[in-house]
Amino acid sequence: MKLSIAFCLGLLGVHLTAGSAFAGDDASKEARVARGKYLVTVAVCNDCHTPWKMGEAGPEPDMSRMLSGHPAQLKVAAPAKAPEGAWNIVAAPTMTAWSGPWGVSFTANLTPDKETGLGKWTESTFIQTIRTGRHMGRGRPILPPMPQPMYKNFTDEDLKAIFSYLQSIPAVENRVPEPLPAAAAKE
Amino acid sequence: MLPPGFSRPARRSIGLSALVVVAALSCVAASTAEPASAPSPPQTLRETGLYLPGTGLVVDPAHLAFSPQYPLWTDGATKRRWLSLPPQTSIDASRPNAWDFPVGTRLWKEFSFGRAVETRYIERLADGQWLYATYIWNETGTDATLAPADGVRGLPVAGAPDGRYSVPGEFDCRACHEGAAVPVLGFNALQLSPDRDPLAPHADAFSATDLRQLVARGLIRNLPRELLDAPPRIAATSPTERAALGYLHGNCGHCHNADGSPVPVDARLAQDVSLGAKSSEQVLRSLLDASSRFRAADLPHDARVVAPGRPEASTLLWRVRSTNPQTQMPPLGVRALDREALELLERWITERSSNLPES
Repeated sequence: MKLSIAFCLGLLGVHLTAGSAFAGDDASKEARVARGKYLVTVAVCNDCHTPWKMGEAGPEPDMSRMLSGHPAQLKVAAPAKAPEGAWNIVAAPTMTAWSGPWGVSFTANLTPDKETGLGKWTESTFIQTIRTGRHMGRGRPILPPMPQPMYKNFTDEDLKAIFSYLQSIPAVENRVPEPLPAAAAKE
Repeated sequence: MLPPGFSRPARRSIGLSALVVVAALSCVAASTAEPASAPSPPQTLRETGLYLPGTGLVVDPAHLAFSPQYPLWTDGATKRRWLSLPPQTSIDASRPNAWDFPVGTRLWKEFSFGRAVETRYIERLADGQWLYATYIWNETGTDATLAPADGVRGLPVAGAPDGRYSVPGEFDCRACHEGAAVPVLGFNALQLSPDRDPLAPHADAFSATDLRQLVARGLIRNLPRELLDAPPRIAATSPTERAALGYLHGNCGHCHNADGSPVPVDARLAQDVSLGAKSSEQVLRSLLDASSRFRAADLPHDARVVAPGRPEASTLLWRVRSTNPQTQMPPLGVRALDREALELLERWITERSSNLPES
């Protein structure tokens, strides 16, 4: 009988310990995603990576396409000519295409879509991208106006939280075009 | 008070929540512990141990000089390379494409344009990670000191293209070296094979250290016997193809491979010495007539990664020929075109008249 009681108490202990570990994992993941959402919000990622639309009170991010980058259907064939005067950067009405001395940059699809977003990225790829300022951590330079020179100072924990949040949002299929060089190139 | 963005998990029961809190606190304690600070590189090249102490700039003869058969192009710089293993240690070659180097392994690569400009250094640390550093030589060539972590852009160097040279930062080093199965890129079975490729661009005819010497001296162990009996050689339909695939292996394979993080163009340019002749087949299948999303004004609409017989429709050639930072390949470490390699790649694509048969 004593053995049975001890056995049951042991089982209970194992159950509670395992349960608490899972609960701890869930809470930790939940906290990390929440932290990532907070960072994405205050670091104004939506200002460029979410297409803008004209709302009742003027221009506003179209949250139905949250963080999905430059819309593929909005074609840009060549850099814009800057207006006369002290101007050298021109933005599309969606705030997702930017023309400047570097050519034309298009904001990336940050949603977890497998083929057109970050769905195949690893946490390491994301961190290396922000640290190096290179596409996928090893490719072409990331272009203005992405504030990567500032964002590279995020801690690893911050970047992991941001990546966790980005992997948790709805996937949007939207293939963003490659940047255009300063000399015109065709799509 | 939790910071903005945090919410408390719902309480389930007093007993369970107490356990959760204990577990969570343990987790927090573990995750917030200060990480051990990574060792800093020495401030001068001399302190890395490349030279014999008290001898000026005499390289320690205990270090192994070597020369890969498919060297990386760096704007035409000439290079010297050395490897040092700690005493009584050896390299485990049981994974033929990912040799395991012992803790304390050090490698140096010196870049020169008439005079030494920089020497790059990597070292395997006690925790198994690698340390990366670059040392910039003074103009009189008497000493080299640690470069800033972000590197140096546009260093005035007579003899370099346009008289300018860029020294990579630490993240540039990691971008290339940590994209492959092992960060040591030029010291492996294929690069040190005694069956050297006579058409490889910019290669030395011989390496002071090769695979057979390493085995004979007991510096590598567990190398599969077949790689010693038949040293690695890129299988190809012609000498031109062998050299072209070798060039792609040495200059592109550290990012475009099957082992590391994904990159946008899914070309497999790293050779796999464990596959024998099938290695080249794997590489060619990822290139020949492979679809390409890359578009440019002077590329035809039906461009492929490599269009057999049509260099003008091959995006690979277009991108190796590009000097636009947004489109050039490789994307870093290169400012000047490698004309010898471009001629080789164009000749190979022109001669390559057909795709592989269906598998």
